[in-house]
Amino acid sequence: MMWTGLLVASAACYALKLAGLSLPARWLQDLRIQRTVPLLPIALLAALVATQTFSVGQHLTIDARAAALAVAVIAVILRAPFLVVIVVAAATAALLRLF
Amino acid sequence: MGIAIASGAYALSFGAIATTSGLSLLQTVCLSLLMFTGASQFALVGVIGSGGSVWAGAATAALLGSRNALYGVRLSTLLKVSGLRRLAAAHFVIDETTAMAIARDGESESRYAFWVTGVLLFAFWNLGTFIGALATSAIPDPKVLGLDAAPPAAYLALLAPRLRAREPLAIALAAGLVALIVLPFVPAGIPLLIVAALVSMYGLFGKSR
Repeated sequence: MMWTGLLVASAACYALKLAGLSLPARWLQDLRIQRTVPLLPIALLAALVATQTFSVGQHLTIDARAAALAVAVIAVILRAPFLVVIVVAAATAALLRLF
Repeated sequence: MGIAIASGAYALSFGAIATTSGLSLLQTVCLSLLMFTGASQFALVGVIGSGGSVWAGAATAALLGSRNALYGVRLSTLLKVSGLRRLAAAHFVIDETTAMAIARDGESESRYAFWVTGVLLFAFWNLGTFIGALATSAIPDPKVLGLDAAPPAAYLALLAPRLRAREPLAIALAAGLVALIVLPFVPAGIPLLIVAALVSMYGLFGKSR
């Protein structure tokens, strides 16, 4: 099941890339599509940040991950490199759990 | 070259997050080889890690990958590839290669930038994934290292460059709020699909700006 899902997801992502190179450009140059597609990553990434910070299973919660996110927000505002953002967030959560 | 090394570092965290989400080393490595589009990969393993089904994760990954289709449209006029070369080029149609290709003046420079960036990124992305996955698969309890706080930080770092105006920022805040509101009532991963449906309706049917 897991393997099937991973392979289908990979195939879908490849098909989207190939579609852009192959389909007639005017199909995808529709203004509504041009406007909507860039909104998807914004909404999905924001929803991922929220759900994976403030929930355990189907319960809303606030724990060390919230503090980690706050530190990550500061790191992002300071334009820290990707890996630095991740490491300071993980370190914040780990340190809070020590005390 | 700098962009490739940065992507290797980014891949380290992907490898780490994927294995702590419950994927095997082989599954993690195959995902980077076959999917090769960062945000989709992070989202897929994030959904699985938070208890969602692999299919909810796959749908989220595909929705995030939709932007690559638009990159393909922009690149098709520059690259002018067909046949087998098009099949190979398609695998490399991602944020970074598109940015590098369209930043160049002249078609041959663009083509060169696309292929060099694509090949280098692919190498570093997969190397980084392997090392990150191998290193974390040996850790018994990832929570002690705070690795459960890593995925939100990764999404935030991917999101931040897209928030340079008021509308995207408002959409991001609304999306996060809606996802949390529906979360207690639907299976894991489904809040993401609800948010995707709502933002699509907003984009497709909202008044043009």
